[in-house]
Parts: sequence; C-alpha cells; structure tokens
Amino acid sequence: MEKLIDIKNLRVDFALRSGRVRAVRDVSLVINKGERLGIVGESGAGKSVLGFSIINLISKPGRITGGEILFEGMDLVKINADQMRHVRGNEISMIFQDPMMTLNPVLTIGTQMKETIRAHMNVSDKEAEAICLDKLRKVYIPSPEKRLKQYPHEFSGGMRQRIVIAISLLTNPKLIIADEPTTALDVTIQAEIMDLLLELCEKENMGLILITHDLAVVSEVTQRIAVLYAGKVVELGAANQLISNPQHPYTKGLIQALPQMAGGARRLNQIPGMMPSLLNMPKGCPFEPRCTVGSERCKTEIPKLHALKNGTQVACFKCEGGE
Amino acid sequence: MSAILEVKDIDKHFDISGSVIDQLRLTGGKITRKKTVVKAVNSVSLEVQAGETLSVVGESGCGKSTLARTVMGLYRPNKGEIHYRGARIDNLSSHKMLPYRTKMQMVFQDPYASLNPRMTVRQILEEPVRFHNPDMSRDEVSDRVAEVMCQVGVDPVWATNFPHEFSGGQRQRISIARALVLDPEFIAADEPIAALDVSIQAQILNLLMDAQEQRGLTYLFISHDLSVVEHISNRVLVMYLGCVCELGSAKELFSNPKHPYTQALLSAIPKLGGTAGGHVKLSGDVPTPINLPTGCVFHGRCQHANERCTREIPRQHTLANGTVVACHGVEEGRL
Repeated sequence: MEKLIDIKNLRVDFALRSGRVRAVRDVSLVINKGERLGIVGESGAGKSVLGFSIINLISKPGRITGGEILFEGMDLVKINADQMRHVRGNEISMIFQDPMMTLNPVLTIGTQMKETIRAHMNVSDKEAEAICLDKLRKVYIPSPEKRLKQYPHEFSGGMRQRIVIAISLLTNPKLIIADEPTTALDVTIQAEIMDLLLELCEKENMGLILITHDLAVVSEVTQRIAVLYAGKVVELGAANQLISNPQHPYTKGLIQALPQMAGGARRLNQIPGMMPSLLNMPKGCPFEPRCTVGSERCKTEIPKLHALKNGTQVACFKCEGGE
Repeated sequence: MSAILEVKDIDKHFDISGSVIDQLRLTGGKITRKKTVVKAVNSVSLEVQAGETLSVVGESGCGKSTLARTVMGLYRPNKGEIHYRGARIDNLSSHKMLPYRTKMQMVFQDPYASLNPRMTVRQILEEPVRFHNPDMSRDEVSDRVAEVMCQVGVDPVWATNFPHEFSGGQRQRISIARALVLDPEFIAADEPIAALDVSIQAQILNLLMDAQEQRGLTYLFISHDLSVVEHISNRVLVMYLGCVCELGSAKELFSNPKHPYTQALLSAIPKLGGTAGGHVKLSGDVPTPINLPTGCVFHGRCQHANERCTREIPRQHTLANGTVVACHGVEEGRL
C-alpha cells in the first residue's frame, strides 16, 4: 500500500506561563492512500492538536518542536507558508466540529464555496459554479441552484455540516481531517453525516482522519484506530481487532465502561481517577496512576509502542512482549 | 408501587413575540397584532413511580429539558396539572412550594455553569441546608455537608476550594452533592453526563445509581445518549417536537420499538464494532415548534404516514405489553 501521510515522532508543545505543555509527544502514524483512520481520546488527550498540526494550524504559544510529517514525500513541518497554503484546503482539507462556527454568517454559501475554488484553482465564475453544484449534489443538498444563494442561518444543523463537507470536497483533496464532525449534532443527524462521509471516501478513494471521543462512531467508519492518551498513542490497530480484543488497559477500560458492555450488571466498569494534567506528567507511563495492572517499572519508564502478533501496536509493559 | 409524581396533560408554550410594537405587522394594508409562540411541550402526561428511573429522550429542541424544568416548578405550565404525592404543586406560591423544593432537586447539564464561581464548595453545599433548616447548628450543617461530600467521592478537605479548581467530573460530583444534601426523594437530572468525558461518564453514572440504591431516590433522567438511557432506566419516554411518541419499559422499548420515530432514533445509535450504513434514514428536518405540523407531528418525516396522519392528532394508545404509543399506524395495526 502506498503511504499518503507519514507522521514521524511528532511533538507539539505549548509554552505557557505556567510551564511547557507537551500536547503531542512522539506520535508516529501512517495513513495509506484511501485509508480511514480514527483518532480517539478524551478531551485534552491531544487529538485535535495532532489533527491541526498536520496542516500547521497550531497557533502561538503552540509550536511543532520535533518530528516530521511527510505528505507525498514533502515534509509539511519544514515547508514555508506559501507552500502550506497550497496544501491546506487543497490537497488536505478539514472539517471542524461546529458548522455554525465554520461558515461565515454574512456570506452566502455560494460566495464561500467560490472563495475556496478561486484560492486554489484558476477557473471562470461559471466553471466555479458548476463545481459548487456538483459537490452540493454529492452531499445530497436538494435544489442546489437555489441553496447556493442562501445564507448559513437558512440551513439546519445537519445541512450546514453537509455544506462544510461539500466545501472540503471542492478541490478533490486526497485527505480529509474531520475533527469531531458530529459532536454538535443529534444522533439521527450524526448517523446521516457519518454515512455520507463513508460513502464519499469510498467513492473518491479519499483518506480520512476522523477525530472523535466516541469509540462506537469510529468503529463504524474507520479501518484503523489510534487511541491517544495524554499526548501519546497508547494503542494502534485494525478497528475490529482493537474493539473486539483491546490490549492496552486504557482501551480496555474505555470499552468496558460503555453501558452496552456492562452485560446485565447494574454498575458500570469505571476507570478510576482522571487524566493527569499535561503540565504535570508522571515520569513513567502516563496511564500508570489509573492503571490496575501497573508495576514498579511503569512508574519510572515510558513504554514504547511495540507490535503484537495480530498486528496491533501497543505501548504497555504488561501486554504480550512488553516485558 | 405508588406514583410519586404525576404530570397530567401539560402544555408549556413560550411567547417570543416581544413587545407590543414588535408584534405589529402590516398585512394587506392593515396593521395586525401577531404573537409568535414556541410550543415546547404539548399535552404530555406521565407518572413517575417511587424508586424508579424514568428517562426522557429525544433530539435537541424536542422539549425534554423544558419538561424537566416545568416539573420542577422552574416554569409554570400553560395547561395541565402536576401532582407530587397526590398534592397539586404547579399552582403553588413560591412560599408554599418551599417544602417541595427540599423533596425535589435538580442536577444540571453543565457543571461549569451551574456552580457559582465565587462561592467555595462549602458555601455552595451549606447554602441549601441553612436555607431550609434555619434552626440547624453550625456543626450539624458542616457534618451533613461532609457526609454528602464523602458519599459523592469528593474529599471534605477540598471544601474550601472554588469550583474552578476542580475538573469537570469533580464539579458534577459537587452539583450532585448539592442535590443530595437536602436528602430529597426525587431528582430531575438534565443531561448530567453530556458535558463529561467518556471515562468520567461511567463514574458519574455509577454515583447516581449508588445514591439511588442507598437513599431510595426517584430519577427523572433527561438524556440524548440512548445507550446510557437503556442501561439506567426502568422506563423511557420518547419525545418529538414536544409530544409523547412512545412510553414504555426500557427493555420493551429498546428490544421492540413501536413508533416509527423510536425505530429511527434507535437505529441511529452507533454500534461498537458495527458497520455504518444500516441506519433508518429520516427524510427532511425537524419542523419548527412555532408552527407545529397538523395531525401527527412526525408525519412529515415518517415513511408510513398516510392521509389520516396529516389530519388527526394520534391519541396515546396502550398496547398489551403496557407500552403507550401515539401513532395511527400502530393503533390501526398497519405497523
């Protein structure tokens, strides 16, 4: 399989007055052409920062302090702003959480869509409109000619998110990064948007990075899942493997805490405690303070990702081959 | 089992037309006055049995929070009655309502917004105890607070801290403690876990269930997370546009949903290890609660709707298994 994006030992730091927050710590990930990868984690785990850093949307005081992001052989960390502008929104586009915040309320949908086209393509107004209509049809917006002249407030939440998806498709990107695309939406609309994303990725052979806190959603849509905890990948594997046979104690805990996994018992399995502050990381494994199987070694040494027989990678001393 | 709370056919409408000037419209050469009313809750009836958890589910804007707030007396219903242990409470003066306030407490969705940032945890928790028990000594009050803090898993040594010094999960524990500190019988929990992380949600749900067991609490639980609702509820009420679609035992409702809307809602739940694509698709969007559709409120999006559904409001119909469904199709035996 051909690699689309190859992230190697990425580090993102935020220099705050209270100290250095290491939001992403040595993350390595590969996404192949046309592959869908899910990034799961709690708030503060660094999953959005990881997504943003791919197209260099990290703003001060944040900074990529190490590693490389190879996109078709080009290192996105090293390229200048002009080159980045060519990649961002063109070859890699992004879908954000809240469509009401993403769309400009005082411009019509058509204006906003054409703006993107003009930034990346040299086409006439007529051609641009034809592209807009084509993409709106792809996301099943009824009567797109009329809709193009309307403002965001004239659309419902689900429709708005579909328009955001249409905008992200305008330049036929090779990769879409979707950061919690359905968190602001209802469950019925969520199902609709996820079905649409899946259909589009398959049809256009697009890569997808789906960032979410909802394990069930990623397990339905993506082929591989990376579980992030305190800025580190703790487990990475095929979606079905990771869900049916989780290895890392954190992944296990997350899955077992779901009400549907309680298996008739009234009490849910809970992970004790909470994620450590990024300012005050434990010396060893970040999950050690909440882990029930940890040992002395976990307190002092950070486990590295290693591959298991079934292909899953896991960062835990207690898993097969860890010690 | 006896009903602790009875809601009889309540309506809650909000007038959003503003001042008289704002209401004036020029139509056909004449100035007319027009009111705009949001019909948030329409003819909802339910009974909550002592010791049970009744959950209310539905999409945002379906009136589930309004229902909870109306039940708690935060809003006055426009029509209908609310009875608590047989006594009518919806028309009481705020003074006469006081004894019921100690019996009925509420937990809100966002623990960042529901705790006063300028009060310490001790002040937050002592205020309701002092207010409702003016004769209680200082020591008794602080004992009560310490006991409740222990129960919700917040160490009483933290009582002098302010809410911002706690994490989201800890804050929600404190707001649950505030509800428990008066030793209520009934708690309305409005999306108590929606603002929390996945690994914290299980902790808070366990806390709520433990408190229910120890104190024999009754919950009215508002949520949009269907898998959570399935787990913790005895009975579930499905609402759509302020109207009751289906009300039944959690087991029946999740294994054998009758109303087409319930079916669509359940099929939309993402399943762990499932595949996308098998969801029942609803056409169109939720209509606005300002102009409710005629007949069944769901008919515009229902694939089984016929002419009768567009004309006649379905009545609540009790099935053999005790489930209440408001659907012409189910009543006629079409579905």
